[in-house]
Amino acid sequence: MKTNDIILQTVTKITVFVIILFSIHLFFAGHYYPGGGFVGGLMTSGAIVLLLLAFDMKTVANVLPIDYKHLIGLGLLFAVGTGLGGLLFDVPFLTHAFTSVNLPLLGETSLHTAVLFDTGVFLVVIGVTMTIIQTIGEDE
Amino acid sequence: MFNVVMQLSLLFISLSMLGLIYRLIKGPSVPDRVVALDAIGINLVAIIAIVSIILRTSAFLEVILLIGILAFIGTVAFSKYLEKGVIIESDRDL
Repeated sequence: MKTNDIILQTVTKITVFVIILFSIHLFFAGHYYPGGGFVGGLMTSGAIVLLLLAFDMKTVANVLPIDYKHLIGLGLLFAVGTGLGGLLFDVPFLTHAFTSVNLPLLGETSLHTAVLFDTGVFLVVIGVTMTIIQTIGEDE
Repeated sequence: MFNVVMQLSLLFISLSMLGLIYRLIKGPSVPDRVVALDAIGINLVAIIAIVSIILRTSAFLEVILLIGILAFIGTVAFSKYLEKGVIIESDRDL
């Protein structure tokens, strides 16, 4: 018997956007409030897991054509690149810097290179979690 | 007075969690246990809200939303396993 999952699929289509918005909020609030790259990455992969639960692996792979193993490499590259960037300015490895920039739409914004390092953590956490879940979830 | 009310509500929520834990241990079927676990998650949200009122901090408000989302995903995964035997299908149209 084929089951009909229309309630689950409709709820998922709405909820996934709320979860992803929450994870982005957690990621960017990490400097001043609880949160950061780790929890944000876990929440984003939670949204993708909810998509996997409501639909199937093939549909999600069509919607998000990402190789999650590449995401791990990209995240590590971000982290190491942020560390090596300090060496260009004659300061020790992993020295961070910040500045206030007047962005056109956002106004006075404080930009910190720790966000780039956190982006690395974010991408690695998504990559590792989704690789583990997809590898275990495969049938053969 | 206010603190007494908050502590009383903590006490009553803990009592209702005790009842749910009884259902979790005793529950004759697996769906009983899944529903009990889901309700324990929601009660945990209430406890965190009251504790953050008592401690006068807003640092735990993210945790509330987090537990709500995690309880939802966990319950969906459990019920899909009970209904279909698999949690993540590779192709639904087969």
